[in-house]
Amino acid sequence: MNETISIRQISKRFKEKTVLNTIDLTMQEGSIYGFIGPSGAGKTTLVKMIVGMEKPDSGSISVLNQAVPNFSLLQEIGYMAQSDALYPELTGKENLTFFASLYQLSKTEMKERITYAARLVNLTDQLSKKVSAYSGGMKRRLSLAIALIQNPKILILDEPTVGIDPELRQSIWQELIQLKEAGKTIIVTTHVMDEAERCDYIAMIRDGAIITRGTPAELKEQYHATSFDEVFLNAGREK
Amino acid sequence: MMRISALVRRIFQQMFRDKRTLALLFVAPLLVLTLVYLVFNGNSVDPAIGVENVNDQIIEQLEAANMEIEQLEGITDTEETIIEQDLEAFLTKEENEWKLTLLNSDPGTSKALQVQIQQIVNQTIQTQALSESSMKIDSSAPPVKTDYVYGDSETEFFDVLSPILIGFFVFFFVFLIAGIGLLKERTSGTLERLMATPIRRGEIVTAYLIGFGVFAVLQTAVIVFYAIHVLDMVLVGSIWNVIMINLLLALVALSLGILLSSFASSEFQMVQFIPIVVVPQIFFSGILPLEGMADWLQLLAKIMPLYYAADALKGVMYEGLGFADISGDLLILVIFAILFIFLNLVALKKYRKL
Ligand SMILES: Nc1ncnc2c1ncn2[C@@H]1O[C@H](COP(=O)(O)OP(=O)(O)OP(=O)(O)O)[C@@H](O)[C@H]1O
Ligand SMILES: [Mg+2]
Repeated sequence: MNETISIRQISKRFKEKTVLNTIDLTMQEGSIYGFIGPSGAGKTTLVKMIVGMEKPDSGSISVLNQAVPNFSLLQEIGYMAQSDALYPELTGKENLTFFASLYQLSKTEMKERITYAARLVNLTDQLSKKVSAYSGGMKRRLSLAIALIQNPKILILDEPTVGIDPELRQSIWQELIQLKEAGKTIIVTTHVMDEAERCDYIAMIRDGAIITRGTPAELKEQYHATSFDEVFLNAGREK
Repeated sequence: MMRISALVRRIFQQMFRDKRTLALLFVAPLLVLTLVYLVFNGNSVDPAIGVENVNDQIIEQLEAANMEIEQLEGITDTEETIIEQDLEAFLTKEENEWKLTLLNSDPGTSKALQVQIQQIVNQTIQTQALSESSMKIDSSAPPVKTDYVYGDSETEFFDVLSPILIGFFVFFFVFLIAGIGLLKERTSGTLERLMATPIRRGEIVTAYLIGFGVFAVLQTAVIVFYAIHVLDMVLVGSIWNVIMINLLLALVALSLGILLSSFASSEFQMVQFIPIVVVPQIFFSGILPLEGMADWLQLLAKIMPLYYAADALKGVMYEGLGFADISGDLLILVIFAILFIFLNLVALKKYRKL
């Protein structure tokens, strides 16, 4: 399997506070990577750096063998921010169309992708509604659809399922697993431990450092835990 | 190109959904302009003029010009008489000298009154002189000596006000609406989200300039045509020069608005820029005479875009200057716009270092 993302010796401080401390991580295509860790650990900062929206103080990141930041890479990265960034005056469809037209897509491709993404998040019937009339979960789903719109090789989802009901969450995860099988590299940050268990690899981040990593099964064994909640708590205590 | 047009289309969609902002852009300036016009042209009450030692011919002429004439005699304290009798002006002839005293509580009307009375007196004297002897008279008829109760003859308020007002409205509304437009994009997180797409900073700035620029062009045209054709404002020079000045001014306001929005974190903070950035420009735009100001204040005026626009607008509308005469002012406005656009590109680096 090909290596798609490699993070080398990344550090970042905001003012005096060290937010990320010499992070090293490599990722391969066809896998889902879960970043877990307490609030303020630095997960969002790390994923923003992979996209190229935040600049590391030291260290380097490369994605698909190109150094970040890079314009052509942005075409290959689908990003879903932790807080929804949508245009409330526009309808769901107009939002999707707007973001789609920022990428290089042909007219027919664009149509297909919009239909596909809307169906995936179960918003097809609500597309002509203004986003200001959407519920919190609907906005979250629209953000996810936007992240998928250009069919990127890399998917970076910052807490994608917050506010989404269990049934839809189930179907979104099924789709993520299909996407991974299609060869995409997926990064998910989450606070939901049963979602973490569905990832292929977990990196647990605390105070800007990766304190442990491995497959869910390995981590459970390492921390003598039966559930993933216990892994999270035990790992936190050991630190 | 694709991305720019997508962004422009989105700005249009947002604007057309936002009826209030559209109204602010197109209706508000016309309302305020009309209001100011009515306020300054509201002297429909006939002005009362006191006269002493003035011959009947002149009195007739003054009455014909819609003035209320009160013939007085033995006035010693002119100023007290004016205030007590509620007069606008007092005209008298002492020996061979005409003397006009104006109340001047409102410099605009007083100025107009002075010009009118002076004309009537001079004309009457000339026709009299002509009829008394058919000799050629020297054209310098004895001048009417003018005194003021308030202020002095330099107060020419309304003459210069209307061009400045037009420029000011264009500047103010474009500044505010473009600034808040980009600000909304910042506070909602969509600007940051845009930076995760392959859009370039230059494309964002260009799209904003085009998107809001179209509205600025329409607004400018509406204001200028309304002021000139409906309100009948004085326009000696070419209307195309007026429009060109305002378009450049709108471009400056646009780029300054979106630039300053990067230093505001809420719409309220954007509004806080008005007293700091917009209001001082009014004072330095020529509504108040600059000559009397301290040197450093005059220097301050030179960094205000509205100063140059107002100077050019006054030149074209009031003095009838042509393109060549105002090209210096226009050039400076272009430089302002280029500077602000460049700073915008730099300011967007905050979101992505690329
Ligand atoms: N722009 C910024 N300026 C200053 N400090 C920041 C900035 N962005 C993040 N931080 C700090 O960096 C730390 C990590 O923040 P980050 O958003 O990456 O956490 P997180 O792991 O995503 O948390 P959560 O699970 O709550 O989303 C926090 O302490 C935060 O206060
Ligand atoms: Mg976060």
